[in-house]
Amino acid sequence: MSFLGNLFSREKKEQLDKGLDKSKQSFFSRLGKAIAGKSTVDDEVLDNLEEVLVSSDVGVETTLKIIERIQKRVARDKYLGTAELDRILKEETAALLAENNTSDANGIVIPEGVKPYVIMVVGVNGVGKTTTIGKLAAQFSKMGKSVILGAADTFRAAAVDQLKLWGERVSVPVVSRGMNTDPSAVAYDTVKAAVDQNADIAIIDTAGRLHTKVNLMQELSKIRRVMQKVIPEAPHEVLLVLDGSTGQNAVVQAREFTKATDVTALAITKLDGTAKGGVVIGISDEFKIPVKYIGVGEKVDDLQVFDKMAFVESLFSNR
Amino acid sequence: MFDNLSYKLEKAFQTLKGQGKITEINVATTAKEIRKALIDADVNYKVAKEVTDEIRNKALGQDVLTSVSPGQLLIKITNDELTRLMGGQAADIRIEGNPAVILIAGLQGSGKTTFSGKLAAYLKKQGRSVLLAACDIYRPAAIDQLKVLGQQVGVDVYAEPDNRDAVKIATAALEYAKKNNHRIVIVDTAGRLAVDEEMMNEISRLKESLKPSETLFVVDSMTGQDAVNTAKAFNERLDFDGVVLTKLDGDTRGGAALSIRRVVDKPIKFVSTGEKMDAIDRFHPDRMASRILGMGDVVTLVEKAQDAFDQEEAKRLNRRIRKNQFDFNDFLSQIEQVKKMGNMKDLLGMIPGLGKAVKDVNIDDDSFKPIEAIIRSMTPKERENPDIINGSRKNRIAKGSGTTVTEVNQLLKQFNEMRKMMKTMNKMGGPRRALSSLNPFGR
Repeated sequence: MSFLGNLFSREKKEQLDKGLDKSKQSFFSRLGKAIAGKSTVDDEVLDNLEEVLVSSDVGVETTLKIIERIQKRVARDKYLGTAELDRILKEETAALLAENNTSDANGIVIPEGVKPYVIMVVGVNGVGKTTTIGKLAAQFSKMGKSVILGAADTFRAAAVDQLKLWGERVSVPVVSRGMNTDPSAVAYDTVKAAVDQNADIAIIDTAGRLHTKVNLMQELSKIRRVMQKVIPEAPHEVLLVLDGSTGQNAVVQAREFTKATDVTALAITKLDGTAKGGVVIGISDEFKIPVKYIGVGEKVDDLQVFDKMAFVESLFSNR
Repeated sequence: MFDNLSYKLEKAFQTLKGQGKITEINVATTAKEIRKALIDADVNYKVAKEVTDEIRNKALGQDVLTSVSPGQLLIKITNDELTRLMGGQAADIRIEGNPAVILIAGLQGSGKTTFSGKLAAYLKKQGRSVLLAACDIYRPAAIDQLKVLGQQVGVDVYAEPDNRDAVKIATAALEYAKKNNHRIVIVDTAGRLAVDEEMMNEISRLKESLKPSETLFVVDSMTGQDAVNTAKAFNERLDFDGVVLTKLDGDTRGGAALSIRRVVDKPIKFVSTGEKMDAIDRFHPDRMASRILGMGDVVTLVEKAQDAFDQEEAKRLNRRIRKNQFDFNDFLSQIEQVKKMGNMKDLLGMIPGLGKAVKDVNIDDDSFKPIEAIIRSMTPKERENPDIINGSRKNRIAKGSGTTVTEVNQLLKQFNEMRKMMKTMNKMGGPRRALSSLNPFGR
């Protein structure tokens, strides 16, 4: 059962299957052939494994790391069949994904007594920050929390409108000063409004920026500092949104955004396509940041809480 | 990355010393390193494998020139091969019909709307009358975004905010264009996943009814391994004419370009950098090759300088690099130009020999101050001929610039490395060749 299979309704799954290459063969059935009758992991198995991992954007370094871990495990435990290798492989891959604070299957958990809980959302252009915020807002309000959104993407054409439309759609107020205004001021206003109105959660949208633009990265640090004038601990959560189809550059993105704003959580979007988002394994491992959400579609419920094992499952499923 | 790759290749080739040809044995390890480098650059796994095999076959039996190391030669072969694979003749966009229709398609967030605005500005600059058609009826405020961009570049935007049928809107836009004498209609569409059957049907219908003379597939240059699947799927449905690479102003290595070109065999026609409406450029395969290999890009640097500033100065700089006359005056003027161009780190990375030095440094406008101060504390003679800088001169320079002798030494060392690199470049390419083909040995 593939990961996406769990996530999608049946019709969607059929669509997905139709879209996928028909000649795709289960990795493990192929792997099974490669290791049949062998008691050690030989080069052929490892080559196969390398291909699977690398084609899921896991990256050379992390792939080598996973392979090394498996070799160690196998040397110690000895495996007998495909099923065991399957299990070991998944375990070792999952082990690289940083733990969520409590257990798996938790999104952002709002601790008791922290009010308003400020979430700042950052990322490069076009990863789906605003959409993710819209969905988050909908889910939080469904849970009975009062949410305020801050339209601090004052740069991209019509970004404020986009957030406002989301606000209307999910009936959540949006704080805005219009386009081309100071994003820090908007963030300040939003946090202030959240305090004044006794809101549970404030989510700040920021403009997409390439991590190579030093000035724009400094602007993020500033937005952060300004919010701290209202609530010293804010933002309680900095959510870095990564596009699931991005390759190795996502590692650099994570590094630079972490430097500028201390990212505390990751969201991986657009995983409803054929992209696997494997790069997140290396990121989570290197920076010890947990993945909290994945985006698998346009609908509000398509922002899902990250499930580590399901994700790993999907890396090795039908391809 | 290149430093790394070059180092590994050198090491792999150490056994070769004294031999005159690249042989099966010594090429095996290096080919592996190249493959890794390609995968690190997000070139598709299978494509990387194929390309590396081809490179290996090409390299076998090649004479190793005395002036270059085998590692360098292999990098040159790789670079040339990548350039060839992504190149072919320059491809223009086809503008035919009345009005001519350009259909823009791609995934969500790939930068279609921004690119549409840029393309409109680009065509308008050529004196053409353009209309933008807003057919992204799904993403909230997408229509507004296109309207704002249209206003910025002074191009009409056709939109029907309440119409939920993209094909009807586009057809009406064509009518509108005819009436108002717009010769080109750029149709911006919603982002869609290749596996979304319904949405793929919509874009097919758009193509069928509009009969565009040019269909462009817009792809984020940061895309990883999936670029191949997506491009294939879009190509199967749309048989698009060309590819647009967006967000190239970041530090992504852009291996997707090679994968897509290889898999669908469609030319890359434009690259898009930054959010300013004039940040659109034709595709240069040679630069993309260096980029994928993680090498500095002198040409882009020189051209950016040309664009933003003094053409004459850029030419002079180019000449001096070629003649091995690059001195501290040139360095200083380069820094001054670079400083005005915004993103330091990107630009600095393009200067041969400096890439490594700036890789992990956070560079802001002030970071040049000590370098500038050091150079400015040199006498004109010292700037022209750094070799005369001895201990006491170093002391004086350090004092004058408020730095330390160590810092002065560091700069001198970097500068010498840079010059050495430039020298190698020149030697490799020969005097007749343009700088563009020389840059494989940059950085």
